[in-house]
Amino acid sequence: MKALLVRDLMLAIRAGGGFGLGLSFFLIVTVLVPFGVGPQTELLSRIAPGILWIGALLACLLSLDRILALDWEDGSLDLLATAPLPMEGIVSIKALAHWITTGLPLVLAAPVLGVLLSLPIPAYQWVVISLAVGTPALSVIGTFGAALTVGIKRGGLLMSLLVLPLYVPTLIFGAEVARRGAEGLTVQAPLLLLAGISFGVIALLPFASAAVLRINLR
Amino acid sequence: MSFWEYANPVKFIRTTDKVLPWVWALTGISLVTGLVWGFFFTPDDFRQGSTVKIIYIHVPSALMAINAWLMMLVASLIWIVRRHHVSALAARAAAPVGAVMTLIALATGAFWGQPMWGTWWAWDPRLTSFLILFLFYLGYMALWEAIENDDTAADLTSILCLVGSVFAILSRYAVNFWNQGLHQGATLSLDKEENISDVFWFPLLVCIAGFVLLFIALVFLRTQTEIRARRTRALLAREGQA
Amino acid sequence: MMPDLGKYAFAVLSSYGVTIVLLAVIVLVSVWRARKVKTALDEIENRRGS
Repeated sequence: MKALLVRDLMLAIRAGGGFGLGLSFFLIVTVLVPFGVGPQTELLSRIAPGILWIGALLACLLSLDRILALDWEDGSLDLLATAPLPMEGIVSIKALAHWITTGLPLVLAAPVLGVLLSLPIPAYQWVVISLAVGTPALSVIGTFGAALTVGIKRGGLLMSLLVLPLYVPTLIFGAEVARRGAEGLTVQAPLLLLAGISFGVIALLPFASAAVLRINLR
Repeated sequence: MSFWEYANPVKFIRTTDKVLPWVWALTGISLVTGLVWGFFFTPDDFRQGSTVKIIYIHVPSALMAINAWLMMLVASLIWIVRRHHVSALAARAAAPVGAVMTLIALATGAFWGQPMWGTWWAWDPRLTSFLILFLFYLGYMALWEAIENDDTAADLTSILCLVGSVFAILSRYAVNFWNQGLHQGATLSLDKEENISDVFWFPLLVCIAGFVLLFIALVFLRTQTEIRARRTRALLAREGQA
Repeated sequence: MMPDLGKYAFAVLSSYGVTIVLLAVIVLVSVWRARKVKTALDEIENRRGS
C-alpha cells in the first residue's frame, strides 16, 4: 500500500501536473473574481471565504481525471486489480494521493490568496481549518466520480456533472464555517457537520468506488 | 403467481400492453377532471387570490419529482440484488419523467413565487433542494447515455442512484442549515396541507391521482421501449457476428 | 366561462401553460420513440423469422 502511495506521489510530481496545475488554477480563479465583481475592498472581503472555497473546489475537480485515467489507459489498473490489495484499499490510496498533491497545497495556499481578496483577519484560521477538514471529502467523492467515468472516452465533462451535485453538502458546510469565522460568529455546529461528512465519506464511499471500479474493469 | 414473474421481459410487455389502455384512460379522466375542476370551479383564496389555482399542478408535480427518484432507487436496488433487467430499464425509463416533473414543480413555483414573494426565485431550502434534485436527474441520465454496454450502464447508474440518494438527503439538511444562517425566521413554506380547506383539497387529490397515473403510464410505456431497444441492439449484434 | 383570474392571470395561465406543454412534450416523445423502436424491432424479427 505504501509503495502504491509513493508511486502515485512520484508520478504526480514528475508529471508536474499534480502540485502545479491545481494551484495555478486556484490562483487564476482568485485573480479573476475581482475583475468580475469590481475591486471594492468591502465587497471582496465579504465574499472572500466563499470565493476561496469555490476556487478550491474547482481546482480539485479539475485534477480528478488524473486519479485513475492514466492508470486505466496504460493498463496498470488491471495489474493493481489482480494484486493482493483489496480494491477498497486501492481507491483509498488513490484518494489520499490526490489529496496530498491537490488538497493539501490548496489548504496551504488559501491564506496567501486570502490577502489578494482582503480576507478579514479572524477568517484566516477558519478558512484554513475548514479547507483542511473539507478537502479530504472532496478528494474521496471525486475518486468515486473518476471511478464511475473511467471507462468513458472524454468523460471529463460528464464527471463534472456527476461530481458537482455530490459536492453540495461539503461546500455548504465548509463555506459556512469560513463565513461564520469571518463574521466572528461561533463555528462549532457547521465545523462538526463538515467533519461528520468528511469522516462518513472517507469511511463509506471507498466501498462504492471500489464496486464501481470492479464493474468497469469487468 | 409471484411478483417476480414480471421480471420476464416478454411477460412484462404482454401484461403492460393489456393494462396500458386502461391506465391511459384513467390518467386522462383524472387529469382532465382535476385540472378543469381546479381551474374553473374552485374559489380564490382570500390571501393568495387566483394564484392558489397553481397548487393543482405544483403540489402533484413536486410529489412525483420525489417519488420518481424513490421508484428509481427501489428499482436500482432490485437490479443490484436480483439482477432483473426489466428493473434496471424501468429505472432508466423513469428518470426523464422525474426530471420533467421537477422542472414543472420549479417552473410553477417560480410563477407562483413571483406575485406572492415578489421574486421568481429565492434560495429557500425547498427550492434549492429541488434544483439540486434536478441536477441529480441530469447526471443520472447523462451517465446512462454515455456508457455503451447495457449491463455496465445499469450497474454504474444503480450505484450512482444509491450514492446520489444519500447525498440528496444530506444536501436537503445542509441546505436547511445554510439558509437559516442567511435569513432567520423567513419561512416561505408551501406546506398548506394543515389548513387547506376541502374546497381545494378534493380537486387537488384528483390531480395527484392523475399525476401518479400519468407517471405509471409513462414508465410502463418507456420501459417497454427500453426492452425493445435493448432486444434490437442484441439482435443486430448477433447479425453482425453471423 | 373563463374564471376571473384578477391581477394574477399571468402567473396562473403561464403555470398551466408551461405544465401542459412540458407534459405534452414528455408524452409525445415517449410515444414517438415507442413507435419507432417497435417498428425497428418488428422489422428485424420478421427478417429473422422469414
